[in-house]
Amino acid sequence: MELLIFYPLAGFCVVLALGVVLNNSPVGSAISLIGMMLGLAGIFVLQQAHFLAILQIIIYAGAIMVLFMFVIMLLNLKEGDDTGWIARERNLLLSVLTGLLAVGILYKISGILFTAEMDTPAILPDSFGTVATIGETLFTDFVLPFEVASILLLAAMVGAVVLAKTKLD
Amino acid sequence: MDWITEILNVTWNFIVLFLNENIPLVVGSVKAVIIAVAIMSVVPALVWLERRLMGRFQVRLGPNRVGPFGLGQPMADTVKLLFKESIIQSSADKFLFHLAPAVVVITAIAAFAVIPFGEPFEVFGQTIEMWGANVNSGILFVFAISGMGIYGMVLAGLSSNNKYSLMGGLRSSAQMISYELTLGLSALSIILLTGSLSLVDMVRAQETYPFILVQPLAFLLFFIAGIAETNRAPFDLPEAEQELVAGFHTEYTGMKFAMFFMGEYINMVTMSALVTLLFLGGWNAYGLPVWPIVSFAVKVFFLLCVFIWLRSTFPRIRYDRLMTFGWKILLPLCLLNLMVTSTVKVIWFP
Repeated sequence: MELLIFYPLAGFCVVLALGVVLNNSPVGSAISLIGMMLGLAGIFVLQQAHFLAILQIIIYAGAIMVLFMFVIMLLNLKEGDDTGWIARERNLLLSVLTGLLAVGILYKISGILFTAEMDTPAILPDSFGTVATIGETLFTDFVLPFEVASILLLAAMVGAVVLAKTKLD
Repeated sequence: MDWITEILNVTWNFIVLFLNENIPLVVGSVKAVIIAVAIMSVVPALVWLERRLMGRFQVRLGPNRVGPFGLGQPMADTVKLLFKESIIQSSADKFLFHLAPAVVVITAIAAFAVIPFGEPFEVFGQTIEMWGANVNSGILFVFAISGMGIYGMVLAGLSSNNKYSLMGGLRSSAQMISYELTLGLSALSIILLTGSLSLVDMVRAQETYPFILVQPLAFLLFFIAGIAETNRAPFDLPEAEQELVAGFHTEYTGMKFAMFFMGEYINMVTMSALVTLLFLGGWNAYGLPVWPIVSFAVKVFFLLCVFIWLRSTFPRIRYDRLMTFGWKILLPLCLLNLMVTSTVKVIWFP
């Protein structure tokens, strides 16, 4: 039953992820990305992580992608000319680095695939994925990374304000 | 002919067996259909109510020709909209142009799935709950889904290939981002009081008194942000007729045009229901001898009338003032309210 939902969702995600890369218009790419994030949220729900799924929708599919759309509208990018994915500028260094990253991820995934015990379903406690559990984990085991990340975000925000302000003056 | 009856019998037995084994699934599906149909049928009634009330507020009659009290007017309007020609300009992005109104309506209906409107009751040994789904973070679900609703307007603005529509889309996204903050932060003080994200728990926490008594500022902030989120006057900048020729839906005709309004009215009902659940005690009647669902409906109806009242009272505010109001007045007030609430809670009610 779970697989019956999982495979269509996963397929949906992969197709839309390809759509993000292969789409010629920026709007199309952005919409594929939103769809993919919604699909991912669906997979999170399937894994009993309801809170994470809702956060995925609010933060990624909602807030961040709205800003993307905002930028697309402001720049008013048009499809056509030679902005197609085939004609995009190639950079040797970037291609090599991306390739290395892909190989690394594949290596890791194959390691997991060959060693994991597929038949035994994970036993989850009732409180798994609830707001209380996630909050507790964030503020006990992962309090340092959490605080560092928040300072990083604050610095980025201040930086953005300063940059925008100098342009205005 | 025997084999036909045989096949029918086998099919019938299979259906009965399937239904018996999946009663929760059946009950859930029936509830989903009822909620979706009910919420869509509220829209024409609400349009009629708005036009009649607006007429009274502005010292004129309002629609009164079709049927008694003009009750047939929404029906006539719907028929007209259905038979109108659907015009799509040649420079528009066809797919996105069709997608945009659908996104608006679907998100509006989906957000209503987690709104509870009464205590569970028992029928035929089955406990029927008066909500579509009790998600354990229900209020976040509503915010998440209504956040997705922005894309309807943004896509409409983008795909129309029209300057005014684009401006409308831009405005709507900027406005929604700004006022979502206030909406979430003012709801956070209620979450602090109840210690739960579930809308059902929030109503149960208000059995003795409604939270509006202890959180009047949060109520005010939430309601203002709610009006801005539903794009209602005086915050209807995305569809400002005088500046933008109706904004993001300028290029839409017929039923697709009507779908934007359907979304807006459903969002209005959802927002009124949310305010009722968070601040007015939901279905709690506080000693009055009425059914819970009646108590809930009366509160929602009152808030809807307030929505209409505000629309006919206030002029639209200027765009820069809208942003200043959101970021420099509402947001600091929200943070202050949150600070005071959490301090009081930690010190006096640990």
